[in-house]
This record gives sequence, C-alpha cells and structure tokens, in this order.
Amino acid sequence: MTTQQQPAVLMEDVHKWFGNFHVLKAINLDVAVGERVVICGPSGSGKSTVVRCINYLERHQQGRIVVDGVELTSNRKTAARIRSEVGMVFQQFNLFPHLSVLQNLTLGPIHSRGLSQAEAEERAMEYLDRVHIPEQADKRPAQLSGGQQQRVAIARSLCMEPKIMLFDEPTSALDPEMIAEVLDVMIELADEGMTMVVVTHEMGFARRAADKMVFMDEGQIVETGTPDQFFDAPETERCRQFLQQILHH
Amino acid sequence: MLLCSILLLTGCGNSNLKWYVVSPATEQGRINLKFLLSGTKDTLLMSLLALGISIFVGLLIAIPGIARQKPLRATNVVYVELVRSIPLLPLILWVYYGLPEIAGVQLDYFWAGVFALALSDSAFEAEIFRAGIQSIPKGQSEAGRTVGLNYFQTMWYVVLPQAIRRILPALGNQFAYMVKMSALVSVIGLQELTRRANELIVTEYRALEIYTILIIEYLVIILIIGQGVRWLERKMGSDELNAGR
Ligand SMILES: Nc1ncnc2c1ncn2[C@@H]1O[C@H](COP(=O)(O)OP(=O)(O)O)[C@@H](O)[C@H]1O
Ligand SMILES: [Mg+2]
Repeated sequence: MTTQQQPAVLMEDVHKWFGNFHVLKAINLDVAVGERVVICGPSGSGKSTVVRCINYLERHQQGRIVVDGVELTSNRKTAARIRSEVGMVFQQFNLFPHLSVLQNLTLGPIHSRGLSQAEAEERAMEYLDRVHIPEQADKRPAQLSGGQQQRVAIARSLCMEPKIMLFDEPTSALDPEMIAEVLDVMIELADEGMTMVVVTHEMGFARRAADKMVFMDEGQIVETGTPDQFFDAPETERCRQFLQQILHH
Repeated sequence: MLLCSILLLTGCGNSNLKWYVVSPATEQGRINLKFLLSGTKDTLLMSLLALGISIFVGLLIAIPGIARQKPLRATNVVYVELVRSIPLLPLILWVYYGLPEIAGVQLDYFWAGVFALALSDSAFEAEIFRAGIQSIPKGQSEAGRTVGLNYFQTMWYVVLPQAIRRILPALGNQFAYMVKMSALVSVIGLQELTRRANELIVTEYRALEIYTILIIEYLVIILIIGQGVRWLERKMGSDELNAGR
C-alpha cells in the first residue's frame, strides 16, 4: 500500500446557490480512501446537497470538487465516469418499480459497464447474497418491505463495484423495526473497507463505523472530529444542542 | 347486445326505415354489406400506420420539451402549438392537392391520409408523452444516472417504460380519435369506411340506414380498441407502479 494516496473525495471552498439562496458556503471536506465519514446536522442544513454534489447530481458554482482524482467540471464524460465510480443510496430507495429486483441490479452493469446478461446476473446474485436477500431476486420492488427495498438499493449500487458509496439518510424512510437490518449491511460494508460518506442521524451507527464526524448547519461545516471527540466533547454550542435533541428522542 | 338494441331502437322509432338494403337475409343486402365492410381494411391500416408514426414523432418532439435548454423547449412549443392548431380537413386537402404544387410530391390517397393524420396527431402525442415523462419522479432518473446510465439510456430503460404505462389510457383515446377522424380522408377519395357508405348511398338512396351501419362499424372498431388497451394495461401491470418508490 502506498502511504501518499490521493483522497477519494476532496472539496475545496465549495459554494452553491439555488437561485438567490446560498445553500453551501465554503465547504471544505476530504475523504481518504477507505475512510467512513458521517455527516449530520439539522434539516435543511445542506447535507443532501453536499452528497449530491459529489456525484454531480447537483452542480457547484464555485470551488473545486475532486473525486477519485478527477475534477468535476461541466464535461459530460467526466460526470458519467464519476457516477459509475460513486454509488448512491437515497432516502426514498428509488428502485425501478417496473423491473424485477434482479433487473434493477443488472441494468447498470449491462448498459454502462458492458457486462453480458449472464455475467451481470451472476454478479447481482452475489451482491443480493451480501445484503441477505437472494431469495427475492424475481420479485418486484413493490412486493418487498422497506428494509428489503433499501438493501436491494444498496446491492444495486454495489453491482457497479464503486470506489465510493454515498448514503443520504438511508434509514429515515423506514419503520423502526427495519432500520437495524439496513444498518447491519452498512456496517458490514464499512468493515470490508469501503469508502463511505453517510448522511444519517443514527448515532449508534456513527459511533460504530465512522472515522470522522461532520456537523453541518446553515450550509456550513461547523464542526469536524473523531466520533469520540464529537460525541463526548463537542466544541460548539450548536453542535451540543443538536446532539442533545437527537440523543433524547 | 348493444348493436341489436340500437338497431331495434332506430327500427321501432321510425317505420320509414328500409333495412332491406343492408339485410343479410337478401342477396342484394349481403352484397351491400360486403361493400360497406370492404372499407375496414383501409380505415384500420391507415389509422394504425398513422398512430405508429405519430407516436414516434410525438416522442421525438416531447424529448426537447423537457430539456433544460430554453431553445430546445422552444422548438417543442412551436411545433406543438403550430401543428395542433391546423384543422384536419384542410390539412388533408393541403397534403393531397398542395404538396404536389409545392414540393413536387404526389402522395396517393392512402399515404396522403396517413401523413395528414400522423402529422396532426403527433402534436397531441407529444403533449401526452411530455406529461407522462414529467409525472415520473426525479429520483428515478437520478437513480438511473447513479448506476452509470447516460441520458438516453435513462430515458429508454427507466423513465419511458414507466411513463408509457401511465399514458396508455391517453394513447388509447388518441387511437380511437384517430380512427374516427380517418373518416375525413374520404374527401380525397380513399375508399375507407365512410367513402364506401357514401358511394352506396348514391346507388341505394337509403342514407339513414347506411349511415347507421357506418356508425356501428366505427363503434365496433373502437370498442375493440378499448378492450385491447385495457388488456395491455393489465398485462403491463400499471398497478404495480404505485408502490415501491
Ligand atoms: N432543487 C432545489 N431548489 C431550491 N432549493 C433547494 C433545492 N434543493 C434543496 N434546496 C434547499 O436547500 C437547503 C438544503 O437542502 P438539503 O441539502 O436537502 O438539506 P438537508 O439534506 O440537510 O436537509 C434547504 O433549505 C432546501 O430547501
Ligand atoms: Mg436531506
């Protein structure tokens, strides 16, 4: 292993506006290869926007974002390349409802990676195994529980064999009894060394899996630190208040 | 059932009706019926071809309509507004009598009809497709792009299959409308259903009876289309779309 690796994600002084609304203000963030970063913060603070900028679903207007050594510019080819290296799991799953679970998983590998149907299906079954639902391969997404759907969504991203996985509140739309099954899969992924950026308020997961905690408020990164520093001795008052609110609910 | 009751109603309501002209019981009635029905092929074929072309063109016009770039959206708006404001009858006449003068192209009755119907309908299809595509949540195309699909692959494999399931009833409507509007092509001489009826009236002088049969012919075709669309809807499982996103 080389000691001097380029970071998986580098954000330098990134600004973004929605119309007149300054949604990201001077974001600086780096994620090393193999690192697990958890982003938390109040609703509307810009967490989703940060994650969506990393795989270019949103464009930043100022500053630099470098993903896997490639700077995000308006070049279409770059965007497509980055997206296939970066997996994304959404709060609302966003599975393709007209396709079977297996087809959900093979669509990307076949059409963007150029795998044959057989290769793609083999890979899909492998990852369905990894998220513990190989028996659901032929069902439609609508026939699965929320927790199963989210695990399919994770497997769908993994089938692209991405270098980085982004999670935007992956358990927020789930019933409480299904949260654990999704977090377990994410912890397994973390233990295997996947580079992950996770927006979540599941502090148990954060303590267990995160290398770095990032707290955002009003479009800014207010505080960064190791989970221990962050939970036991938050530096800012805003962060302290936020932690109190979510830990007591 | 329905047909019988219509026949009975018209028959009972007016004793001046002389059904013998189209009665399957007489030799002449059978010949006349056969003559009337011989227009079915052109009506159906013309409508089907026009439908296929107008769906294809409509889709091509709908795509720029949802683009981020203003000039592309403007192209869509100009096409839709222009084409849908041309009345069909003048358009048919213009294609048949005007095109040879202007472009040196003389289409025969059939292709002139197909062309005019398809052109006229494509503006409506474009709007149907645009609405259907826009009704698919943004998360779907975003998910498509995060698994590495490009814009057109996302459209083709993710958005359109879902949009088409949603707009099937509207497409069915357009098809039924197209079949009815194809009657107008009789003015340039294509021997489809309506033209056949008019020709028979010239020799038999029984307008009411023959037009009644004509209406029933359209009714049957459109009922069949309706059932076909419902069957397609079931087959494509439109209901499964409502959950799971
Ligand atoms: N497409 C958009 N257009 C305009 N405003 C947006 C858009 N997306 C998000 N916002 C606004 O940007 C702010 C940050 O949003 P988001 O990144 O989703 O926050 P979070 O994920 O932390 O809740 C919110 O105030 C939200 O209303
Ligand atoms: Mg969010």
